Amino acid sequence: MSGQALGLAISVFLACAVEAVEALTIVLAVGTTRSWRSALSGAAAAVIALAVTTAILGPGLTSLPIDTLRLVVGGLLLVFGLQWLRKAILRAAGIKAQHDEDEIYREETAAARAVGAPAEGLDPYSFTIAFKGVLLEGLEVVFIALTFGANQHRLPLAAAAAGAAVLLVVAVGVAVRRPLARAPENAMKFSVGVMLTSFGIFWGAEGAGADWPGGDAALLAIVPSVLIFSLLLARAFRSPAIEVRAAEA
Amino acid sequence: MTRIRDAAEGVWEFIAGDDWVTAAGVILALGMTALITDADSAWFVMPLVVAILLTLSIWREARKFRRD
Repeated sequence: MSGQALGLAISVFLACAVEAVEALTIVLAVGTTRSWRSALSGAAAAVIALAVTTAILGPGLTSLPIDTLRLVVGGLLLVFGLQWLRKAILRAAGIKAQHDEDEIYREETAAARAVGAPAEGLDPYSFTIAFKGVLLEGLEVVFIALTFGANQHRLPLAAAAAGAAVLLVVAVGVAVRRPLARAPENAMKFSVGVMLTSFGIFWGAEGAGADWPGGDAALLAIVPSVLIFSLLLARAFRSPAIEVRAAEA
Repeated sequence: MTRIRDAAEGVWEFIAGDDWVTAAGVILALGMTALITDADSAWFVMPLVVAILLTLSIWREARKFRRD
């Protein structure tokens, strides 16, 4: 497997795993408090909607001329990558609260109980919440998998990496029957942000007409540079409140 | 009409996230790279602009956090 293919597989797997952990929390919350059948139906409907989106957009993207494709893909990966990286750096620096799956689970179950008893048969509340949760969390992953996969003409590899991540998260979720609060979400988001930003810089510049010194080997310098720069930013902007807590511990 | 506006807002939120300045900066940087006709030296624009955009974005949030 080439370096770019490995980058594709790792990025899509981690991005999909993070979003699947978040979607699992929502499905678990409505499933346990209201109706498993309705929650799982909503989640399945969202997965079908995501598959249809992939089937429609995939061939369209791969038919674009290579330079246009790289420009579009580079731009999208950079915009998404910088969003992921920014949030991960802010969380690592203590400026933004960590994503707490247990807290989100408590909020979702409280909201599910507050709307009254579940309806007979298919419960619209459970179906809608599970559908929206899975669709919204999955949409970004679909774009990441599509852009990464289309640019390298490796859509099956991107789909396999995404499928493996979903299967792993669902299997662990079924085994523990509670939100995966101990998953190192911010470290995973940090990694995905670094990969998306690095590949976005590389392909975006190529698509705009630039030639990288060393060709594809330039990625071996870009990825660690983005990682080191991001870690330095997290350190430089570290909140004084975190420093005080660390000193007291 | 409201649905079209909601859909447009949804797409904008999806692409730009909560920092439209960075998204706009990425588009500008790609444009600048394309405008530099010497392909051998145009590569430096993207890493440089991305480093500046990311630093400014974190700095803005850190300033807001310390002010609140």
